[in-house]
Amino acid sequence: MPSLVDPVANKTDEGNNRTDLKAPEPEHCPGTESEEAGKADACQGCPNQDICASAPKGPDPDLPLIKDRMKGVKHKILVLSGKGGVGKSTFSSLLGWGFASDLDREVGLMDIDICGPSLPKMMGSEGEQIHTSLSGWSPIYVSDNLGMMSVGFMLPNQDDAIIWRGAKKNGLIKQFLKDVDWGNLDYLVVDTPPGTSDEHLSVTQYLKESGVDGAVVITTPQEVALLDVRKELDFCRKSGIKIIGLVENMSGFVCPNCKGESFIFAPTTGGGKALAEEFNIPFLGSVPLDPRIGKSCDHGESFVEEYPDSPATTAILDVIRQIREAVGDPQEDEDDDMDE
Amino acid sequence: MYSTATQSSPSLAGVKNIVLVLSGKGGVGKSSVTTQLALTLAAQGKKVGVLDIDLTGPSIPRFFGMEDKQVYQSSAGWVPVYTDASRNLCLMSLGFLLSSRGDSVVWRGPRKTAMIRQFIRDVVWGELDYLLIDTPPGTSDEHISIAEELRFCDQILGAVIVTTPQGVALADVRKELSFCKKIGFPILGIIENMSGYVCPHCSECQNIFSKGGGENLAKQYECKFLGTVPIDPKFVLMVENAKGGLQEIYGETDMAKIFAGICDKAFSEENEEEAKETAEEEKSRAATNGQ
Repeated sequence: MPSLVDPVANKTDEGNNRTDLKAPEPEHCPGTESEEAGKADACQGCPNQDICASAPKGPDPDLPLIKDRMKGVKHKILVLSGKGGVGKSTFSSLLGWGFASDLDREVGLMDIDICGPSLPKMMGSEGEQIHTSLSGWSPIYVSDNLGMMSVGFMLPNQDDAIIWRGAKKNGLIKQFLKDVDWGNLDYLVVDTPPGTSDEHLSVTQYLKESGVDGAVVITTPQEVALLDVRKELDFCRKSGIKIIGLVENMSGFVCPNCKGESFIFAPTTGGGKALAEEFNIPFLGSVPLDPRIGKSCDHGESFVEEYPDSPATTAILDVIRQIREAVGDPQEDEDDDMDE
Repeated sequence: MYSTATQSSPSLAGVKNIVLVLSGKGGVGKSSVTTQLALTLAAQGKKVGVLDIDLTGPSIPRFFGMEDKQVYQSSAGWVPVYTDASRNLCLMSLGFLLSSRGDSVVWRGPRKTAMIRQFIRDVVWGELDYLLIDTPPGTSDEHISIAEELRFCDQILGAVIVTTPQGVALADVRKELSFCKKIGFPILGIIENMSGYVCPHCSECQNIFSKGGGENLAKQYECKFLGTVPIDPKFVLMVENAKGGLQEIYGETDMAKIFAGICDKAFSEENEEEAKETAEEEKSRAATNGQ
């Protein structure tokens, strides 16, 4: 079992042009893997200069390996949001359950939120451990056709903090793409941490050659969240990631007592719908807040299966249907809903 | 160019107390809690500064309705944004340095580290009773950097931990508590945010994200439980609609009373002493274990 007790990042250095650095990279670091490494102006006086200058140069030798591994994966979907706590992991798990409910489809879930992995708990597989075989790390299977990978499976103790800087996180993300024996997949759903930083840059960079189908961006209706989500959309544009669409989560709240609807996070600026129009991207729908979603996540159950009559379920299934259409794999049983 | 702090930054010399607002989980209300702690302390006549080190998702300018303000460069350094004429509440955030509010800041770790270093060393805070530091979720670059920059500060009061009640959030918050223990930040206490929502139609309280998780966590980690904060759509609306001037209207709200209680608990002298002692014990224990 790959464990974090013996640091994973060091292992990645075998056959890689990265060596362990003495100190964190300086502000204007040209990148330890660039041609300029160790030679640029910014490298003067950096404690890592000798290490970088003597390391072998050239393109990352791992990229072809990643491409090879990703050959059997038909559709790669990123779940993004600039804001934390809007439901990226919840939605990733719902996508996982949703895609896998079609038994002809093989689904993989990859959690690249290294410092706050939530997927193991949400999928009810907390405490599992990863096993290695000759063909690589075996994903944890939640059901026959739904496998997943998360740093949560590698912690000796669930409460341990992973206090890692960016470079080390990138090393693990690379291993998730390069060393995990995903097999042939129809869908690989990648759950990301909030923000626009190392994890996001790395995963797009590593998957560039294999191609990503696109990103599903999650938001909540209030402007404080939309503000951060705007930044994520800007990031997608800059890095050339296609946006499959925007989902508004926690839209309204239907009181189980009086059935009255109210807004917990008021959409004072028009919510997700207005943002989608502003950026000219598809709006995939609004998922109302149902307290049972949170409970299902805490217990690792599939909300859609447990509560098929909830309005949230209807909304979620509709979003999944649209995503499948957008990536060119429409659901067969809903022929009448299709335009073509 | 490359250097680590060997002594406390001179720009923090006039700051009496430094408080970090932390949570392993995103979207639990770190910025909202930071804002309300700042407003409450300022209403008590304290001089308060807020530093937002969430570089890729700065929310503090929006919370205070100060999105259009800018930071000025003076001969002494960056001048923070003051929220009103009385000049007892000032803010610093990367949001003030962006040319457009939709711009993304796509930075890897080293640049984030450099920015935080500048925030700690180059801002003219002046005399402050409290400097509240709002952080991004996780335990990564920003957190390691701020811990390194503050290593030689003796003004650190400790960390206020924010969580929501559901299990998924608590799991991440436990990681943040482990981080604090490892770094040696005293823990002032835990706040349970989004604890219950009162339906505006029938006035029944609904536990949207369940309840009681924060209190149990505090018991488990033997730190103080500072209180529960319900979801108040009126506060969300107030933040959404207020164009500045939050200071005047906040005092009237229900939330102000709750946060007055939280501040009393968190910043009482005995609590501060206790938190410091536990952190020192932890630190020495960690040191002996490490050898």
